[in-house]
Amino acid sequence: MLQLPTMPDRGGPAQPLLIVQNLVKHFPLKGGLFGQGGKVQAVDGIDFEIRKGETLGIVGESGCGKSTASRLIMSLIEPTDGEIIFDGEKVGTAALPLKEYRRQVQMVFQDSYASLNPRLSIEESIAFGPMVHGLGRSRAIPRAHDLLTAVGLAPAQFAHRYPHELSGGQRQRVNIARALALRPRMLILDEPVSALDKSVEAQVLNMLLDLKAQFELTYLFISHDLNVVQHVADRVLVMYLGRVAEIGPVDSIFAAPQHPYTQALLASRPSMDPDRRRTEPPITGDPPNPVNPPSGCRFRTRCSLAEDICASATPPLGTTGPMHQAACHIVAPGSGHSMASREAA
Amino acid sequence: MSEDLLVRAKNLNVKFVSRDATVHAVNGVDFQLAQREVLCILGESGSGKSVTLRAIMGLNPRGKTVVEGELNVCGQDVVGASEAQMSQLRGRQVAMIFQEPMTALDPVFTIGRQIAETIVRHESISYKDALARALDLLELVQIPSAKRRLEAYPHELSGGLRQRAMIAIALSCKPKLLLADEPTTALDATVQIQILLLLRRLQQELGMGVIFVTHDLGVAGEIADRIAVMYAGRFVEEGPVRDVMRAPLHPYAQGLLGATVHAGLRGKRLTTIPGAPPDLRAIAPGCSFAPRCAMVEAACRADLPNLRSPEPGRSARCIHVNEAA
Repeated sequence: MLQLPTMPDRGGPAQPLLIVQNLVKHFPLKGGLFGQGGKVQAVDGIDFEIRKGETLGIVGESGCGKSTASRLIMSLIEPTDGEIIFDGEKVGTAALPLKEYRRQVQMVFQDSYASLNPRLSIEESIAFGPMVHGLGRSRAIPRAHDLLTAVGLAPAQFAHRYPHELSGGQRQRVNIARALALRPRMLILDEPVSALDKSVEAQVLNMLLDLKAQFELTYLFISHDLNVVQHVADRVLVMYLGRVAEIGPVDSIFAAPQHPYTQALLASRPSMDPDRRRTEPPITGDPPNPVNPPSGCRFRTRCSLAEDICASATPPLGTTGPMHQAACHIVAPGSGHSMASREAA
Repeated sequence: MSEDLLVRAKNLNVKFVSRDATVHAVNGVDFQLAQREVLCILGESGSGKSVTLRAIMGLNPRGKTVVEGELNVCGQDVVGASEAQMSQLRGRQVAMIFQEPMTALDPVFTIGRQIAETIVRHESISYKDALARALDLLELVQIPSAKRRLEAYPHELSGGLRQRAMIAIALSCKPKLLLADEPTTALDATVQIQILLLLRRLQQELGMGVIFVTHDLGVAGEIADRIAVMYAGRFVEEGPVRDVMRAPLHPYAQGLLGATVHAGLRGKRLTTIPGAPPDLRAIAPGCSFAPRCAMVEAACRADLPNLRSPEPGRSARCIHVNEAA
């Protein structure tokens, strides 16, 4: 009988677990009031790596493409361009077929209710994946019970219940248990705690950190909540309108953000101190529509430091510190922005 | 009742009665709101904060809701009020904004028409004059190119602009009291802070009283004068915003502050409140928080603790809080 063990490490510790290269997803707009030809540039050329055992946090506002990126990585939707390399193998090739890849990468969604089948009991939901991958029912069900214990739900009490009989926090624990059922090496967590109350959010975050150590996982953690990302992530990627604005270690991103958008995002957090309330918003306006993004730097329409160069040229992602990169003309030497240093280093 | 008070609630109870069960959503809430005061009701889902807000506006479903106790809003008794009396109160004296502007706004009418319609309904002025007022209101809530936006339908606006348009409708008849039910929860961080600052400025310029319901302690810290923490349909703590945020008295409020993720906790375990909120279909005697409380004693389970006031302006419903001498 098949055991479904964890897949072995292939590339060694130096090989990034996941490499995303020039990932692009454009959704075509069909017909409608404004005629043919438009497209939503949800993800427009992003590159990054996730190393083994780390947590990469992706932050950004709604419409920035962070959820589309997660669905592309999970291969739930077809990319327009770009490739995904998992532990040295390109996904979807003979060396790493999709079914094998999905055993190693699992996902947890924001809406805990919509992501569970209402007609399956909790133990059946968790056992479903392993059974698809060839594990017998007599083995899959006890394993589901072990996983329920691992996420803090007593199997005797919960295994036979249905999703509508659980609270939001309990359902999200079930989703996490189900994601772990195939012994994946990586979890994609798309706003896993956003729908939960604060006291439950803290319980689930603590549990995610415990499970990461227990099962030797790598996390891709997507959230709009900067405080949560700061708490769980090792490195942070900031997205704006389908592109990477900044990426770097969590401490340097939060202590010394380089991109004006990251600075504004951090300054928009409530101060938690009634004596130091903000008086002016860090930036005005809403994020623009990704159907028709601004030319050059996409943040320039809301950026107080924008100059002519920002409209004419797209800023490349340039190194600003150890492992820290930002896509802004100001931090690119010789870019032509008046605040950038003159000479290319 | 003192003329200065906008809202006075005394032993307010709200129950939802159906064939299967009775849900005790609000269980004996006392509070007062002075003119120009901003009260934040902080609580998790199911704590009764939105139900309290809807009770003030008389918006809980008729026929299924039982409201008991005293509730006086702008001099009008709301508990025994007729629908006609409530409709005099709504809009002109009390206005409300909601979490999701897309469902609160009517998708088939332009923003300008929805604002003008509200003004014509409450004041005897022509539609044309009302439309001119609508333009002023859009400028008041800082909607760029306001003239063009009068002609816009809700779906043509971004989330932040829609929320501003809803605020404009709420303010159209110069209410004395604004009720806000999580108005920034659905917004992005950079937009949320803009709307909070706008609401704070408007509250000060127009001299409104505001009751602001939120689950986010940080949001409350940006806008409140006073915070009331709600749990299982009761106010478990109330006090000035600084005191409640710096040194909460009630173990639930302390737990909530500890469970709120903020900078400086990295690598440490978050403090959690074990368990889950109680079932409101059967309220147990004693403190509702007792099953989750680390400081629980036998006395907590026996009787509901009284509100105790350790210093003027602060109170908490916990036996561990010492009454001021």
